[in-house]
Amino acid sequence: MSSIIEIVQLTHIYSPGTPFQVTSLDSISLDIKKGVFFAIIGSTGSGKSTLVRHFNGLLTPTAGKVRVCGIDTADKRQRRNLWRSVGLVFQQPEQQLFEETVFADVAFGPRNMGLTEAEVTERVHEALRLVGLDPLAASRMSPFHLSGGVRRKAAIAGVLALRPQILILDEPTAGLDPQGKRQLMEHVEEFRRREGATIILVTHDMEEVALMAERVAVLNRGRLVMEGSPREIFSRAAELTAIGLDLPAPARLMRQLRLLGKPVRTDVLTVAEAEEEIAVLLGETLC
Amino acid sequence: MDEVFIAVKDLTYIYNRDNAGGYRALSGIDLEVKAGEFLVIAGPNGSGKSTLARLFNAMLKPSGGRVIVAGMDTMIPENVWEIRRRVGMVFQNPDNQIVSSLVEEDAAFGAENLGLPAEEVQKRVAETLRLTGLSQYASHAPHLLSGGQKQKLAIAGVLVMRPSCLVLDEPTSMLDPAGRDELMETLIRLNRTMKVTVVLVTHFMEEAVLADRVVVLSDGRIAISGPPAMVFAEVELLAGIGLKLPAALEIAHGLRKRGFPLPQEILTIYDLLAYFKNKALED
Repeated sequence: MSSIIEIVQLTHIYSPGTPFQVTSLDSISLDIKKGVFFAIIGSTGSGKSTLVRHFNGLLTPTAGKVRVCGIDTADKRQRRNLWRSVGLVFQQPEQQLFEETVFADVAFGPRNMGLTEAEVTERVHEALRLVGLDPLAASRMSPFHLSGGVRRKAAIAGVLALRPQILILDEPTAGLDPQGKRQLMEHVEEFRRREGATIILVTHDMEEVALMAERVAVLNRGRLVMEGSPREIFSRAAELTAIGLDLPAPARLMRQLRLLGKPVRTDVLTVAEAEEEIAVLLGETLC
Repeated sequence: MDEVFIAVKDLTYIYNRDNAGGYRALSGIDLEVKAGEFLVIAGPNGSGKSTLARLFNAMLKPSGGRVIVAGMDTMIPENVWEIRRRVGMVFQNPDNQIVSSLVEEDAAFGAENLGLPAEEVQKRVAETLRLTGLSQYASHAPHLLSGGQKQKLAIAGVLVMRPSCLVLDEPTSMLDPAGRDELMETLIRLNRTMKVTVVLVTHFMEEAVLADRVVVLSDGRIAISGPPAMVFAEVELLAGIGLKLPAALEIAHGLRKRGFPLPQEILTIYDLLAYFKNKALED
């Protein structure tokens, strides 16, 4: 598979040359393949949000190179093409809703792309269905009279309607209830499969990473400290806890059981896998 | 612990009551928060959790029914000042709750507003920073703190007014795993050692299992209320309203379905581990 995002020795310094100078990213090199579900984890202030803002040219490197869809983000003239192919959903995107109806809000992006009204409507319908909202009801709903969860979905639909090749979600499920989290992740996965899109997920939810991601990058204080599959990453428990991260709960349980001397796998990621392992363990002790 | 601190009687809340598009967020809520209790309010998005939390310190007034805080009705304007001093609120986003450019000044803000003498303010600030584990950051700038530390500063800013009760609306939802643990430890410590009543609104079922009691809201009504072991035994009911069991309970529930007789008291990973430890001793 070909790379869609190539990062070489990326350094980003905020307010360089002032007393407030902060090195937010330090010599990061990373390759993200097209069509992959990629998670970025790290404690607060590790540089996750700064990193993803380089993927659509919102920030440009202080040093190093970032190429997205073959475009060097430092190239001002090329950069504007990225705004169509890279969709970025910020933290708490529901605060950015502004139109009178949910439908109009979702339609805002596609309309600015110069599409015909029929194409706009088609895209809005599809995007709303993808996040589980009824397009007909949406043309009557004001975004300001909805619960936080529904507003979040509407805001994400607004980005999906642009049909981005790369969809970046910065903590999209923070503050959603468990069912809302699961649904949103299922919708994102469906979008990825249908459009062949690349998904970049920034999250603090380790269970979400275990369940959804194919590849994971771990940041700490602006440096890339690990990259690999969730199983590889979550097998390095001590290193993760040292930088303020954690294992998914099922993995934590397996590790503790192993410490008690029980012969269980420790590369378990999900509740179902943990249940299977313990069933075998209990089955043996019962017989 | 049987003294009632907040009494909620047949409470209804309707947003935009005067308009045709009025929205009923809460109906027929009866609830008592006991002094010194650690109460969790859980429920899906839009179930009325945040609305209920805001009724506890008179940020919102009931559309019907009553909220009585330490004997004071929140509908009576003369009570509001004292109710807010006794019931402190902490919100989701720590960045929206910090007002000063120094940690100790931020923590002092509430106490200064009470018109206390400078010595008393200093004493209280030192005490609250110690209680929240922030003493070493007293002269730091708040924006350089981690998310968990900022949220603890938000708590310190409230504690300095010596409230009897803290109401927290999803305080951990924007924090990383370490920040979440840190904040929960602080809340439990305040509750156990300082006897502060804690009302925690959360989606994280892992946090709910640590409470004395869990109240689950669904569509503006109380769906179930009781100790965590009792509430989490209602697996189907919880799944029906969109909540998920904590991982340890989900595993235990799955194993029971397969015919393994695991005790109902298992709530956390540590309970599961203790069960295996005891089993090992028996064998």
